[in-house]
Parts: sequence; C-alpha cells; structure tokens
Amino acid sequence: MSILVDANTKVIVHGITGQAGAFHTSQCIDYGTKIVGGVTPGKGGTKSEHGLPVFNTAAEAVDATGADCSMLFVPQAFAADSAMEAAAAGVKLVVLITEGIPTLDMVRTRKFLADIGCHLIGPNCPGIITPGGAKIGIMPGYIHKPTNGTGKNVGIISRSGTLTYEAVWQCTTRDIAQTTCIGIGGDPVKGLNFIELLGMFQDDPDTHGMILIGEIGGTDEEQAAAFIKESVTKPVAAFIAGQTAPPGKRMGHAGAIISGGQGTAASKIEALKQAGIAVAPSPAEIGATMATAMGVG
Amino acid sequence: MKAHEYQARQLLQNAGAPVPNFEVIDAVEQVPAAIKALGGGKMVLKAQVHAGGRGKAGFVILSDNPTELEKNAQRMLTTRMVSKQTGPKGIEVKKLLLAPAVDIEKEYYVGMVLDRAKGCPVMMVSKEGGVEIEEVAAKNPEAIIKEWIHPHLGIQPYQLRRLTNALDLSGPAAKAAAKTMSALAKVFIAKDCSLAEINPLVLTKATNGTPGEIQAIDAKFNFDDNALFRHPDVKEMFDAAAENPNELRAAEHGLSYIALDGNIGCLVNGAGLAMSTMDIIKHYGGEPANFLDVGGGVSTEGAIEAFRIILSDAKVKGILVNIFGGIAKCDVIAEALITAAKEVGFKVPVVVRLEGTNVDKARAMLKEANIDALIPADDLTDAAKKVCAAV
Repeated sequence: MSILVDANTKVIVHGITGQAGAFHTSQCIDYGTKIVGGVTPGKGGTKSEHGLPVFNTAAEAVDATGADCSMLFVPQAFAADSAMEAAAAGVKLVVLITEGIPTLDMVRTRKFLADIGCHLIGPNCPGIITPGGAKIGIMPGYIHKPTNGTGKNVGIISRSGTLTYEAVWQCTTRDIAQTTCIGIGGDPVKGLNFIELLGMFQDDPDTHGMILIGEIGGTDEEQAAAFIKESVTKPVAAFIAGQTAPPGKRMGHAGAIISGGQGTAASKIEALKQAGIAVAPSPAEIGATMATAMGVG
Repeated sequence: MKAHEYQARQLLQNAGAPVPNFEVIDAVEQVPAAIKALGGGKMVLKAQVHAGGRGKAGFVILSDNPTELEKNAQRMLTTRMVSKQTGPKGIEVKKLLLAPAVDIEKEYYVGMVLDRAKGCPVMMVSKEGGVEIEEVAAKNPEAIIKEWIHPHLGIQPYQLRRLTNALDLSGPAAKAAAKTMSALAKVFIAKDCSLAEINPLVLTKATNGTPGEIQAIDAKFNFDDNALFRHPDVKEMFDAAAENPNELRAAEHGLSYIALDGNIGCLVNGAGLAMSTMDIIKHYGGEPANFLDVGGGVSTEGAIEAFRIILSDAKVKGILVNIFGGIAKCDVIAEALITAAKEVGFKVPVVVRLEGTNVDKARAMLKEANIDALIPADDLTDAAKKVCAAV
C-alpha cells in the first residue's frame, strides 16, 4: 500500500513539450509511471517525443485518457492558471513542480483547488513517489526502495528536495523501504501539508513510521507536532534544516525565512521534542534516528 | 525586495490614501527649495535606508530652523548610519525625505502580511502605533486586531468597518481610515507585496474647531521577489547600493547566496540541503562562510561562478561541495570543479561529496583530473568532519 499515488495512477503532463517537461517525462516513464498524455496549448493533435498524445486543453486530455493526476512543468507566470485548469478538468491530484510562482497566485489557486476538492502537491517541490509504483516528479528514482511485504516501511514528508533524497538514501542503505515520499515544497503557500499527509500515513497499514523534514520559516512544524501528539500512534522521526540560518534572510526557498522572531529551528525542534518525536541531531542521522524510533536500528 | 519610505509614500498616495506632502533630497543644496515647496514651519528630515533604528541613530531630525535642517542633511548624506540593524560598519545614506511635521493626537498601526498557515493575506491593526509591531505581538497580542482576506474576493467593507471600530474611530476619521486601509490592501494585491505597513497612521490634533485628520506618516512595503517579472515599475525601485554585492552577483547567475561570518565556504544544490550543510558544519565545530544553493538546473558556467564568488571572500579557508544530484547532475559539478581549479585556482582545500544522478561519471572525471586541493568524502558526516579538520 501507499498514499495518493500507485501503479494505477494515470498522469498527464502539462508542459510535456518543454525541455524540463520532456526530460522528466522520460525519466518517469522509465521508472514505470503510467504517463498517458500531455497538455501544451497550440500543440494539440501532435505526439510528444515519447509518442504520447498532446492536447490543447486539460479537459480534452482528461476526457480522452481518463487521467486522474496532473504533473506540471509550466513556467512561473502561467503555472497557477494551469493548476486551476487541471483541477477544473477533474483530476484528483495536481503535482506542481514549478519554482518561483508568485505567492498571491498560489493564495488564489490553493483556494480554487480546495473548493473543488482537488489535492495539490507543491509548488516548488520534487513531487511524489511510491517506490516501485509511480514516480511523479523530478527525484532520482534509483535511490528509493520499494516495499516487499517484509521489514519496516516509512513514509517521508519534506519541505526540501535534495534533503529528501538524503533521507531516502539513508533509509535505503539501511534496508528500510519507503511506502510513499512527498516533497511538499519550499514555498510559503502550498497544497498538502504535514498534517494531512501524516494523517494519510497513519491510516496506511503498510507504513510503520514517518519521517518529517522541516525547515525554518512559518509554523507548519509546530502544528505538525501538535497533530502528532493528538492523532499519530506510529513512530515519527524529524529533522529541521536551518539551525544556523540568520534571521531576516530568505534561505533559497521563498518560505525559509525567520521573520519577527518566528519560524526558528529552535522553536520547531522544541515543539517536536515536546510531542515525543525523535529529532535527528544532524542531517546525516535522519535514517538512523528513524531506525531507532521504529526499533530496527 | 524592499522599497524606500519615499517610494512607499508615493505608492500609497497613488492608491488614494491621505499622505502628507513630502520632498526627496539627494544633495544638500536642494534643502532650501524643498522647505519652500512644503511651506516652511516645523519639518521632519529622515534618512532613506532599508535598515531600522533611524531615530536612535540620529537620522530622523525634527526642526523648524532651515539652517539646522541643512546642517543635518549635510551630516546624513556624508556619514554612514550605524544602528542595531546595520551592524558596526553602518550604511551609506543617499536620499533624504523632508515632510512637514504633524501634530499628533493618536498613533495607530495598520499592516498587511501573508498568513502562511491560513494561506491568505491578513490585515492587522492596533491602537499601539508608532512602535515595532513585533514587540506588541510578543507583549500584548490581544492589542492586535486581525481580518483575514478572502483569496478571491479581497477585503470587504464590513471588515474595514470592524477594523476602524477596533481603533475607536468614528465619523469622518473612520471613513478616512477605512479608505486608507482599502488603499493599503489594493497596493498589497496589485503589486504582489509580502508586507505592507503604515506605521504610524495618525489622527492629527484638532485646531480651532477643525477636527483632526487621518494621515499616513510612515509606510513600508516589501515585494514578492517571485512576482517582480510582472511589475517593471516595482523593479525600478530596486536599490542595488543597499544590497550585498556578492549576493547580487550570485542572483544574476541564478544562484542563491547569502554571506555569513565563518570560514568554510559551501556549495550545495537545493535550499534545504544547503541549510543542512551549514548546520552539520556547525555540528562538528566549524563555521559556515555562506549559504549557497546552485539550484536544480545548474550549468557548468553557473557552478564556476559559484566557486568564484566563494573564493572572493577572503575569510574562506576551506570549501565543502555537497551535491545530491536529482535534476542537478554530478558530472556538471565535476566539470565545474575541474575548470575552476584551472581558471580560478584552489588555494584552500576543497572537500567534495557527490551522490545521485551521474555520480559514477563525476567520480571518474575527478579522479582523472587529479586536483591537489581536492579531498573526496564518502558521505555527509565524513565531508563535514574533513572540512572542519582542514581549516
């Protein structure tokens, strides 16, 4: 089992004919993801370099292919519009990879998708992967370990991209498989957040533990800590990036900024520890911390 | 991106908010004409810098004496302003704002920011104006009244009424305050702000039976960097002199760089991993000299520029390269390392940890290049320990 996506998920790619879109579509197909078509306005009726049908609109693509998920590689100025188009066309999950989308565009888009009941992952994220089932995003597939019915499995939720790969790799090299890994993105306004995903992992029988990777800025981790204390019975390991970050500076991610004395790593780590969560002391010990918390270390 | 106070006043004025007249001065010779244009009397002279703490630093002056105003303008334009926020080196002042002083009856705070948890903007008002809102929030949070803005509908009249009511305003003053709040919200949305603040919004003293008026005395706007592409007018307000030159140079090459105080330069892909790399250096007793995220689609040229920027910092005594290739490919970084070693030269040890996309190819390339300064590392812990030991 897994959450949100599996081998049956049918995916259309918005921006499939662009350089990044085309490259990552190939990678996803190689991994085994069911990519069923693409959307590029003005190129409807043609085939992508992967031999997939290209449609002018998301509605046409969904009608023709029965897709239930959209992966977006649309430039920052048009990405929010494409996300709304996908949701309006009826997909159940929008994976928004694009970086640098104006925050107020996301404020409007998030509300639009929530009103329709469509899940959003991202923006500014690596996407979602159910190892061995579907890779919908830009993460390197080979570092993941699919579940095989034995041993303990984890679910991973992260605000960072490459730091997620680091945590995944540490699990894989310890023989801990992953049910699903989600990069929720580094922007201040985003779709699915720690709480919703922790709840899904709690309900997934194959997931035995969760790794939560947070970073400075906002109060998502503090809220996650309170939720875990209330509603999560499975072991959780966490890491917070940015313990040495100076206040007032945007650390790469638009959302990673300590402002007005809020959003420090110290306050997040304190909240997590208070909730009984095992916090890794360094980014090299995320896998080990999870293994210990699950009693397999 | 930040705007100066005089730019913020212009934006508010254009949106229909009551902003007192003002003049912008960049040479002391302009002071007499500015005083004349404003009609004389008691004036306030303020340095236009992005740092706070101007009043305490002596860079906000109140005077009705033209000679004294001129003398102070001369001083502000020729001395660096040092405050708690600028650090000991201080900052250069290039522009001053001159405005008539206002007789203040009451001061209020009005601000708009993004509420990340709720995913929408929030307008906040307080009767405790003229002070840092963070202080009010920490000491007396119930003194801040909030209205969350619907993402699609914007601020509604009932919300404005509720906010002016919370400030105990009535009659024409309440109407004027509502109009000002509405203008602030309009600028926030129209210009993609991340912060918009009027602090203080004032009610002036009543004189000879004329009731006091609402005026926006000081305003501050920060803009969403991601939205600058659709606001050329906002982009024009950018003051390069107020930024760190290396940070600007990095931004031009699509790199995200922040200068810090330590001696270990960092080159990493991904913001989270870059922050964690700083954290692990500190964990093993070192001090990072910078945050540097080369991003996902980094080119060889971009990565070489990253090395140049790191090496231009004289404090750097060692470099840690930490790449977990996803979209970024390890061989691109390896090529940049080899070229940088030839073109820029490494006079300090460079610890390299590579993992992910094309790592085998990258390792083979580095082995063949045989760079003296290069120290390979197996994993993150190994890399951090090695670089801390090398500096």
